Amino acid sequence: GLCQPVWRFQVSSALKEGHVTPTELCQRCLALIKSTRFLNAYITVAEETALKQAEESEKRYKRGQPLGVLDGIPIAVKDNFNTAGIETTCASNMLKGYISPYNATVVQKLLDQGAVLLGKTNLDEFAMGSGSTDGVFGPVRNPWSYSRQYKEKSVPKSHSEDEESNWVITGGSSGGSAAAVSSFTCFAALGSDTGGSTRNPAAHCGVVGLKPTYGLISRHGLIPLVNSMDVPGILTRCVDDAAVVLGSLAGHDPKDSTTIQDNFKPFELPSLPDVSKLSIGIPKEYHAPGLSSEILALWSKAADLFKNAGAKVIEVSLPHTRYSIVCYHVLCTAEVASNMARFDGLEYGHRSDMNKSTESMYAATRREGFNDVVRGRILSGNYFLLKQNYENYFIKAQKVRRLIANDFLKVFGSGVDILLTPTTLSDAVPYREFIKEDNRTRSAQDDILTQAANMAGLPAINVPTALSERGLPVGLQFIGRSFQEKQLLTVAKWFEKQVKFPMIQLEEVKRHNHGIFQHQKSASFS
Amino acid sequence: LAPWVPVVGLEIHAQISSNSKLFSGSQVQFAAPPNSLVSFFDASLPGTLPVLNRRCVEAAVMTGLALNCSINKKSLFDRKHYFYADLPAGYQITQQRVPIAVNGSLSYSLCIDNKMSQMVTKTVRIKQIQLEQDSGKSLHDDRRSQTLVDLNRAGVGLMEVVMEPDLCCGEEAAAAVRELQLILQTLGSSQAVMAEGQLRVDANVSVHHPGEPYGVRTEVKNINSIRFLAKAVDYEIQRQIEELENGGTILNETRAFDSKLGCTVPMRDKEGKQDYRFMPEPNLPPLILYDAKSLPANMNHQQVVNIDWIHERLPDLPSVKRAKLVEQYGILPEHSFALLNEDGLTEFFENVVKQTQMKPKKVIGWILNVLLSYLKQHSLTVKESPVSSFMMADLLNLLERKEISSTAAKQVLAELWKGEGKTPLEIVKEKKLELIQDQKELEQICQAVIDGQENEVIMMVLG
Repeated sequence: GLCQPVWRFQVSSALKEGHVTPTELCQRCLALIKSTRFLNAYITVAEETALKQAEESEKRYKRGQPLGVLDGIPIAVKDNFNTAGIETTCASNMLKGYISPYNATVVQKLLDQGAVLLGKTNLDEFAMGSGSTDGVFGPVRNPWSYSRQYKEKSVPKSHSEDEESNWVITGGSSGGSAAAVSSFTCFAALGSDTGGSTRNPAAHCGVVGLKPTYGLISRHGLIPLVNSMDVPGILTRCVDDAAVVLGSLAGHDPKDSTTIQDNFKPFELPSLPDVSKLSIGIPKEYHAPGLSSEILALWSKAADLFKNAGAKVIEVSLPHTRYSIVCYHVLCTAEVASNMARFDGLEYGHRSDMNKSTESMYAATRREGFNDVVRGRILSGNYFLLKQNYENYFIKAQKVRRLIANDFLKVFGSGVDILLTPTTLSDAVPYREFIKEDNRTRSAQDDILTQAANMAGLPAINVPTALSERGLPVGLQFIGRSFQEKQLLTVAKWFEKQVKFPMIQLEEVKRHNHGIFQHQKSASFS
Repeated sequence: LAPWVPVVGLEIHAQISSNSKLFSGSQVQFAAPPNSLVSFFDASLPGTLPVLNRRCVEAAVMTGLALNCSINKKSLFDRKHYFYADLPAGYQITQQRVPIAVNGSLSYSLCIDNKMSQMVTKTVRIKQIQLEQDSGKSLHDDRRSQTLVDLNRAGVGLMEVVMEPDLCCGEEAAAAVRELQLILQTLGSSQAVMAEGQLRVDANVSVHHPGEPYGVRTEVKNINSIRFLAKAVDYEIQRQIEELENGGTILNETRAFDSKLGCTVPMRDKEGKQDYRFMPEPNLPPLILYDAKSLPANMNHQQVVNIDWIHERLPDLPSVKRAKLVEQYGILPEHSFALLNEDGLTEFFENVVKQTQMKPKKVIGWILNVLLSYLKQHSLTVKESPVSSFMMADLLNLLERKEISSTAAKQVLAELWKGEGKTPLEIVKEKKLELIQDQKELEQICQAVIDGQENEVIMMVLG
């Protein structure tokens, strides 16, 4: 491993003390976005408005009245969150050019805290996918593809092959957000997580990816995939930052009837977390077929780390895990069929020129606006919702969902505090490998370790753990009890400190960010 | 010929009287400029979520209680999917699995003959009441080959009242709906004005021979008044009977009532055989209602709907009001029906009674037979009556004190109707309508008449 400096530079205090101004920070991020354009992480860069926001932040700092820790901090938002005045496309032809008139609640909260919105990040179309490869703006490239760590380990098979064709995927569907954070173009990004869409790309891109408990953070303004499973996801470079962002986002929203009413109290994580009194569960079903031996070894090592720290580490069972993918497929496609019904070209979005009749206009609009992944899920979903199929598919899947959720309840009820699992089956695969299988196959494979937490509505987090043999990030996942984010993040922070995941060695980053990032292990803002 | 048993079941959509819509904060208002009352949610902008309107829930609970229903303490919301220009989200949020109220009844009265002299009380069972969204309006411009869509109405709260098929003819349907209308208006849960689309009735009609299974039913829509409801139902019953007696079959179809022709016609095949692919609405948790027993001690009163609290505050329903009128004033039941049937008439009547010495039993005749027919003749509402209750009472007092005859009173009323501001007494003096009480004066007048008609008198005396 790399030698790690102990001292961590904190951007927030740098801003407070005037070592750097919000405008400078914003400009550097914008410049870095430009020079990392080949990553295709951003769909829209909101340069003008970002600089304005930075200016306003600067004024506040000069007055000595910053709004909080997030004031002046550049952030990025996945392009399935509504942003007023800034295009929201969901990486789909259906919403190309769509300018929403309102901000998603989470976006508004960040702006109210003074955060600087750099732009909207790339994703799989309508968040359907596990590679961030199936959007109309093209695939996102994993920044680690261009890292020294990866290049050192990759052996080109022939002369004609260059790094152009060797690049690896980010994972998905929040790949753009993960790449943006990983490549230092922003300090935090919003993703969404329905089956692992925040944790999966976080693992592949070597960043922290937090899926909060369902009902903790408002979904108002998040264009839905599966309403009963979606959550806004948080991507940062360290666990402390995730806790800060969580603190600014969580809490009841009257505009979202599925958020809990209880008052949320933002928390700070202990600087020296202690796991000795905890019980860590290792679910045996997560030793899934296809799990790479590398990751298996890391998982085992991690378990040992906890044991050595005095925690109780035990094997547990979540027997219905293997049904979760098939169950998810039924429930997800059913909700997709329903949620996509509004895209008819009448009120907003793409409208076909076909105008022979309303029906033909609808059909043409939807065929032109949606890619085949979306259309495939709509067809499947409608099939499952047909009267003659509803009982056998939808109701059955709901029952299985209940069983999956109960598995977790049982385990947590038996004294286990946190579950430790892998996040992905392997490190990131090269794009040309990934596209050999279709979206449905890939999703089924890749979601297997992350999906169940969405079924049960539980909080879960990916913590970057180590580099694989190929020099690519591998992460491990912690799953916690409902609304026990503090405990979850405390454990995650402890683990993060233990593993000391290396910083990405990226040429472009080095070039642009001397003062701030030079001696960084992981640039945090908290 | 074997007798036919007609079976009529009604589905009634009542628009909830509330300031804002069922799941969004945009305003509810009739005849506003097109697309001026549309929130982001109503327009189905992606990412918007429904938020339940408390007033709409209370309206549905009130209505359920008034119709003797069981209120479900836990009810659920569902999505009903179909594509149509006036349905922006591609689905309607309704209550298909577990509605807010079930198993009620509605009592209504019919006159045996048309003279309203004998009334009989009947009951129709209420299957359920569900909360659901109204759709927008679409207008088809065939000339320019386009459809114009107005979303002002999209998302307005509706109570769908589903009746069991206990009715047998147009008259019963009309009477039942009229009573429901009065109940809703009394509660204030819906203004229930059919002409403004606040009350819409669809009739399911079928016929069968006694002892045989129910026949195929048709659904009749596009009924714009209670009068047309009776006509549409009766026409459809007749049509089906004739069709079957001629060896034909009844199609399970939707038909529209054509008020000009007075008949039902097959509707444009709007949807074909639709599978609505019902699915639970994932953005709305189950609706939990409380009563005094189940209400937790620390619960915020603002956050809950308490069924018992609503029950205690229900106003007198029409049936109760009628019974009270009969008891208090000694009028006949059919009189009380007529009073409640006309907006403001009861109040008018009671005001007159207060201000006159004439017995209510006599006043009622003047109100129902004279005043009401004037109003109907001139298509006026009670509120628009040029004759106030004060003037009416004044007039009836003159009659009661025998200062004028009943014929003269009618003449005075005709004058009052012109609304020229004269009092009854002034008109009586003007037109010399006073009853002459003096015996001598009467004799003089008679003598004068006889004197002037000598020949006729002789002829009369002789034979």
